Amino acid sequence: MAGAGMIRRIWALVYRHLALYRRSWPRLLDFAYGPVLQLLIWGFTARFLALHGGALAGIAALLIGGILLWESALASQLGFSVSFLEEIWSRNLGHLFVSPLRPRELIAALIVMSLLRVFAGMIPALLLAALLYAFNIFTLGPIVLLLFANLAMMGWAVALGIVAFILRHGAGAEGLVWTVMFGLTPLSCVFYPVAALPAPLRPLALLLPSAHVFEGLRAALITGGRFWHELGVAFALNLAWLALMALVFRHNFEAARREGTLVALGE
Amino acid sequence: MAAIRVEGLSKRYGPVTAVAGISFTVAAGEIVALLGANGAGKTTTLAMLLGLVVPSAGRIEILGHDMARDRFAALARMNFASPYVALPARLSVAENLRVYGHLYGVPRLERRIRELAGELDFVPLLDRPAGTLSAGQKTRLALAKALINHPAVLLLDEPTASLDPDTADRLRGWLAAYRAASGCTILLASHNMTEVERLCDEVLMLREGAIVARGSPEELCARFGRERLEAVFLDIARGVA
Repeated sequence: MAGAGMIRRIWALVYRHLALYRRSWPRLLDFAYGPVLQLLIWGFTARFLALHGGALAGIAALLIGGILLWESALASQLGFSVSFLEEIWSRNLGHLFVSPLRPRELIAALIVMSLLRVFAGMIPALLLAALLYAFNIFTLGPIVLLLFANLAMMGWAVALGIVAFILRHGAGAEGLVWTVMFGLTPLSCVFYPVAALPAPLRPLALLLPSAHVFEGLRAALITGGRFWHELGVAFALNLAWLALMALVFRHNFEAARREGTLVALGE
Repeated sequence: MAAIRVEGLSKRYGPVTAVAGISFTVAAGEIVALLGANGAGKTTTLAMLLGLVVPSAGRIEILGHDMARDRFAALARMNFASPYVALPARLSVAENLRVYGHLYGVPRLERRIRELAGELDFVPLLDRPAGTLSAGQKTRLALAKALINHPAVLLLDEPTASLDPDTADRLRGWLAAYRAASGCTILLASHNMTEVERLCDEVLMLREGAIVARGSPEELCARFGRERLEAVFLDIARGVA
């Protein structure tokens, strides 16, 4: 019955956000805006390069595939952390933290909301990619789902770290929600190989699951080699980052309870 | 049996002592008020009872559960309302109650929502977004949320703050009726002496984080030689007594 209670509490929070989105179409529009905008920019760039032929023509699929995958990581992180921010903006956090909702259940609900944002945000972009550029990422087969899954996991790890930081340092840190993941873009090597980075930055890039996902994507689209190796490394790194961020979250949550910042955040 | 047992409870933030080693018990079915000037330690005490703040020292037991080790078991049978903590404004009244009904595992939830809407007189508001409600209507919604799980212990932070006298009086009536019907234990922090005199069996007077007087409103008035609790409060807050 404990499991049923846990699922009911997770559903309570998911229901809360679904009810919110049902009444707020601008929020729904915001889900798709980023992915569609990026797809248009990089899609037309890819088309321009393709039209001019030469060696650059071959990278069109990498550009469009890369941006679609990277946007899913961004959507995953935003879905998690913006759902948390909604509780702060509505001054509802105080009620949640004195209810029987466990912190791990809060995290589980935020992950569900993250997945829903990924679906709602990416489906229009995927359809547009097919319509405008005749690009279907699923021609790579079911492995695409593994790429998306890895990037979603990375989004959760980043979001968990940001939420932990907000718990400890207050809502003034909410700007991080829109900046941290973008800051990781150059090191994620979405459009270029890790080898293209300056040598001192390469070890940092290789600590990110995203860099391995995109190395894997390039392997799948161009060379066909090392795909599973890169995917395995990305998955292992994701598990490590998630475990580390869960510890940081737990530490900061308890510190916020000790220092009284949870009360200030909840009002 | 004590519904709430607090022993040697302290909270320090660096050099500042917010709560200084207070002890008290609240018997099941009692209504007890925490009274004190701003900064006396009322809200910090409530926050520690709710598990939002970890005490620096001391022990809290609610409904037999040690809050340091087993707070979720207690939280499932408690609830809380405060005008300083809101409910999501875009969700309707019914949706808000559904969220908290699910969180607290309320059986036959839709029936419970209709029941509360009838008792607290907001049936026509069920489909209205919470953000469009008046202050009095929001207070009724907050109280409905606080009663959704038939709490055995209810903690209230200034429950009638910013309400007009009519709405405040109705709310006190609902609280008294709920206590009479359910035997719920209520601990409230308030600045409203009329409320405390009308509702409370016992008053804990706080100053600088310590309990400086306790007793029923009548006992306190008699002890301080005052006719009204407000005069007792002023004596204590100004350090006259």
